[in-house]
Formats: sequence, structure tokens, C-alpha cells
Amino acid sequence: MTRLRYKLRILWALLVKEVLLIRSNPLAPKVIFMMPLAVMLVMPLVASFDVKNVGVAVVDTSHSPLSRRIVADMSASQWLRVDTVVATYPQAMESLEHGGADVILSLPPALDRQPELIDIAANSVNATKGVLGAQYVAQSVSMTLKRWQSRQGAVAATPSTQLQVSTPQQDASVINMYNPTLNYKFYMIPALVGVLIIVICGFLPALNIVSEKETGTIEAMNVTPVGKVSFVLSKLIPYWVIGLIVTVIGLTIGRLVYGLEPAGSLGAILLGTFLFSLVMSGIGVTVANSSQTMMQSILVMYALIMVFQLMGGLFTPVGSMPEWAQRITYAIPTRYYIDIMRAVCLKGSTVAHLSFEFLALAAIAAAVSLLAAITYRKQT
Amino acid sequence: MNTFFSLVKKESLSILRDPRTILINIFIPIVLLVLFGFAISNEVNSVRIAAVVTRHTPQTREILERLRQNRYFDFKGLTAAADIDPMMQRGEIDGALILRPVGDTLESQIIVDASNASIAQSSVIYIRSVLNQGAAGMPVTIRTLYNPQLRSSYNFVPGIMGMIFILICAIMTSVAIVSEKESGTMDLLTVSPARPATIILGKLLPYFVMACIILAVMLLMAYTVLGLPPTSQILHVVWISILYVVLSLSIGMLISTVAKDQVSALMMSAMMFMVPVIMFSGMMFPIDNMPLPLQWFSCIIPARWYISAIRQLMIQQLPLSYVTTEIAVLCAMTLFFLLVAVRKMTKD
Repeated sequence: MTRLRYKLRILWALLVKEVLLIRSNPLAPKVIFMMPLAVMLVMPLVASFDVKNVGVAVVDTSHSPLSRRIVADMSASQWLRVDTVVATYPQAMESLEHGGADVILSLPPALDRQPELIDIAANSVNATKGVLGAQYVAQSVSMTLKRWQSRQGAVAATPSTQLQVSTPQQDASVINMYNPTLNYKFYMIPALVGVLIIVICGFLPALNIVSEKETGTIEAMNVTPVGKVSFVLSKLIPYWVIGLIVTVIGLTIGRLVYGLEPAGSLGAILLGTFLFSLVMSGIGVTVANSSQTMMQSILVMYALIMVFQLMGGLFTPVGSMPEWAQRITYAIPTRYYIDIMRAVCLKGSTVAHLSFEFLALAAIAAAVSLLAAITYRKQT
Repeated sequence: MNTFFSLVKKESLSILRDPRTILINIFIPIVLLVLFGFAISNEVNSVRIAAVVTRHTPQTREILERLRQNRYFDFKGLTAAADIDPMMQRGEIDGALILRPVGDTLESQIIVDASNASIAQSSVIYIRSVLNQGAAGMPVTIRTLYNPQLRSSYNFVPGIMGMIFILICAIMTSVAIVSEKESGTMDLLTVSPARPATIILGKLLPYFVMACIILAVMLLMAYTVLGLPPTSQILHVVWISILYVVLSLSIGMLISTVAKDQVSALMMSAMMFMVPVIMFSGMMFPIDNMPLPLQWFSCIIPARWYISAIRQLMIQQLPLSYVTTEIAVLCAMTLFFLLVAVRKMTKD
């Protein structure tokens, strides 16, 4: 009993030292408070794969009322922007090469009799933008054609064999659950809290330990009777608190600036954050323990952080990866945290809904903390 | 000249003494290229979907069959309307299709998990096209230019190059110089007979060589493993990359004159560069989607210009005259950072 109390007193003293160290570091407090502000205010505006504002160059060889109708309908669309209307394909190509247009729409001379000669070419350097942009244009054109033909009283030129099966059919109505305004920012904000924790709780402890190594104060620590566990705990606990602070700042900005009210409970969010900051700071400590110089630890952390961000489903969905890559993501803690944050904030999922994610995160947290304690050696 | 070479030798030795760092430096670009080339894509290709059918008709059976066959869908079977919400909350499905035959017509409703707005929109397009397949299709052909197989690596390879050089060059040089300051050996160098310019050049050359090796590795991977289209512009790609490496090295020097110790040098280069370069360079997120003030801001990010030039040369294979703006901006930036850094360094 007294031993435990003694250990707790040591831990408390170490924690006070850590807090003082963080406060006296000229950069750390700025990073802890300014980084969430900067990231949450700017990143949601940038991080968007929305395909909008697609520039269209129209090659109009028909000069008919129908072709003018098509152009007018496209300019009215909220996704499309008619960049130029030209007479020849090379002119349109030039506009695409210079970056003005993303899609070239070629209309044949006899537009109303041969609509199947309509041709769409999309700049697909960015594959998503190319394909979606081409589809937007195709949809807009076919809507215009349909309306035109029905007004002309003409039946569609393709007598489908499956006519009885597929028609009559109404156009499907769409319900967008959880995010009815299709606001991509709502999707990014919970995940950006994850970015903050990855960067802050991962980098700071790594820097902290290696700088103790370089200044030699860790040698002083090694000759004290402080145990491995107390030492590692004293390095981890401050970052749980910092992780929670960062999350609260991030979500508050999300609410005040972007109007995202978390649909689920704050308890679930904080539980997830607690586990995830434990994982990240544990990784930071482990990497620092096994690096000799600051450069090594920072480069290793950098590589890990890149992989965590890219494979965790932060920017691109895990579901779009090939099978083998999806299997790897089970080992990536970010994946679980980002899933949890998004599900709780947007869908109002509960801890019970996400029990697999929470358990996986807890298991990784336990493993990583153990690793952090093992890799800390008192002798070099 | 002799002093210069002995300085280069000293710096190279201190790099080689730390093989782990060299390994990591080569390893990061390779891992990123593999991840971006094969794993990461924002193509929506397996929409997990469940269906609710109130009454089976030949028409609903056919639609379900089409869902099962379509490679863009992962059909999760039939379910009850009341289960859709919990299934989405558990993250088991991305969307649901409700088919309600009323008399002769079929009423259909699409419900998608719109928490990811862009997946939701693509899913709706896919589901609609499955629903409408039998009906008069779109009389339009669609072609994709420059990237017929729609690989995401085409878009990402130039982006990764833009990020890697600025990170590795800026971090490595700034830390190398600051750590000499910290250990006090910088003072030794400054009192030596070597001229300041020689000292700086001697410090930078080994890192320059390392960056060139990384460039070679990345280009080799891009054209073999990732299968980028071979281009006659490759020489232009190389010299523009070298220009960009010089630019990154001078940014690293500038950081080293401002930073007091290694920690702050690392924080400056790792944190201040990592996030903005990923966000604003157009590497992942198209610049023309951003609000206007942020588009202006992106102009001061060197990676933006480099990535744009490399994309046009490597992927679109346009002649050099299309990227004169980018090259001019890169030259101006290099000159600016180089001058400021050298002036600040020689003053100290």
C-alpha cells in the first residue's frame, strides 16, 4: 500500500515536471492551441473532392436551336461551367491543354437526327474529376435531348427490347441520410480532429524524449529509482489531456464556424479520443526510445504519420482500396478512430454500434503502451 | 577547391554515419509511391447496398439481378425498411434501394449514407444508372484523355514528388546546420579560413546528391512499377526537379538561420510544411475547388507550381512552352530564397 502511494507520488512529481517542460517550451503551447485553430478553420475549406465547376468546351458544328439549348442548359447547371463554344475540335483541345476546360463536348452537324454521334472527352489526369465531370455533362445533355424529343413528339430512337420490363418507371427519389445538404465539410471535420491528434500527440512526445536524450537529462532520470512504468506513464498522461483539449477545441470550432452539431454523445467521442491519443503518444514514445537522434525519430514518425493518414481512410475511402490494402488497414489505428468520429458525429452511432472499432482501438492502445514501456531502457 | 572538397567529405561522412536516416529517406518515397499507386484511390467502386422490396415483380427481380452483377456494387441482400438506419449506423451499408411496385409502375427510392457527400453523389449516379439501364440509354460516348485506365497514380505521382523533395531537403539541411550550431562546431567552421559561401555549398552538395538519388529512384519506379506513359519530356522533368531541389535546399537553409535549436527547426519544417504542402499544393485536393483567398494563398506554396508543371509534362505530355509560367515562378522563388538565405547566413 505504502509502495503504491510512494509510486503515485513519484508519478505526480514527474507529471508536474512534464507540464512545466511543455509550458516552458517556446513552441509546444503554440502548437497545442494554434494548430487546432489553423487546421479547423482552413482545412475543411480545402479538403474536398467535390467535383464542381467543371469547365466545358463545346465544339458546335450543328449551330441549331437544339445545340444552343444544350449549351444554355449546361451553363444553368450548378456543376458545369461553359468555358468556350468553338467551331473545331483542335480549338477545344487547346482550351483543355491550357487548363480552361476539363471536358470537351462535340456535337455532330445533324444533332437531332444522330444524337449517338455526340462525343465527350474528359481530361482524366485526375481520374475522379474526369469521370464525374464527363458524367455530369452526359446527364445534362441527355436530359436536354429527352425534353427536346418529348416536346417534338418523337419517340426515342432506340426501340428497346426490354421495353415492357423497364418502363413505365418513375425517376427514383433520393434521401441523403445524416447529411442532407451533402456538405463535404461535415464529413471532414470529425476526421480532421483525428489529424490533429495524430500530429500533436505523435510528434510532441517523440520530440520531448529525444531532446531529453540529446541534452542528457534522460541520463539523470536513468540513475534515479523511478521505474519504467512510472516514467513512461509520466510521458503519456499529459498527452491524453492534450488530446482531449484538442478535440474539444476542434469540435467547438466545428460547431461555431461550420454548424456541425455532433449527433451522438460526447462521451463516445471522448472515449475514442482517449484511446486514440494513448495509441499515438505511445507510438511517439516507442519511436523515440529506439532512435538515437532527433532526425531519425522525426523521419520515422513522419513516415508513420503519412501512412496513418493515407491508409486510415482520412482523405480517400477505405472501401475504394483493393482487397489486400483493405486488410492492411485493420492494423492502422487511425482507421478505427476516424470511423468512430465520423459515425458518432454524423450518424449518432453509439458505443454499442461501434463496439468492434472501440475494442480494436483499446487492444492497439494496450499493445502500444506495453511496447513503449518495454523499449525504454535505462542502460544505453 | 581543396577546402570545398574536404567540407563535402566531412558532411558526407556525417550523413553516412547514420545509415538509418538514409534508409528512411529512400524508404519513404517508395512506400508513398506504392501506396498512392496501388492502394489509394477515390474511385467509388464497391458501394455496399441493401434492397427493400415490398412486392416482387419481374421488374424488381431484374433490377436486383443487375445490382448483383454490377461490379460497382457489393449487394448485401434484402432487408426491412426499419433496418436501414441501424445498418448504416453500424457502418454495414452505404446505401439502400427501396422498390415499391404500385399497379403497373415501379416507385423507387434511393437512400444513401451522405456523411461522405462525394461517395453519396457517385452512389446515386450508379444506382440511377442500374435502375434506368433497360430504358433508352444515354446516346453519348465518353472518352477519357491522358489517363485511359483511370489510374489514380497518374494524378498522385507528381504530387508525391513535390512533397518528398521539399520535406526531405528542407528537414535534412535545416537540421544539419542547426545541429552544428547546437554542438558549437559551427563556430569552429566560421573561424576557419574557408569562405562562408564555400561552407554553405559544402554543406548543401551532399544533400543535393541525395535528393538526386531519390529523384532517380522515384522516376524509375514511376516508369516501371507504376507504369506511367513514357514521355519525351523526361529531360525537362529532370531539370525542373533539380531546380525544385535547389529551391527546397534554400528553404532549409533559411529555416536553419531562423531556428534556435533542432526541435524548433524540425517543428518548423515538419509541421509548417507537411500540412500546407499536402493541403494547398493541389497534390490531393484540386486548387480550383478552394475559396478564392485560399487559391491566392496556394500561389506562395512552391510545390503547387512544381506539381502543376510536372503533371503537364509527365502525364499530359505537353511541350515545355505550356509550363513557362510555372518555371518562371519556380526560378524566381529559388533566386529569392537562395539570396535571402545566403545573406542571412553570411551575416551571422
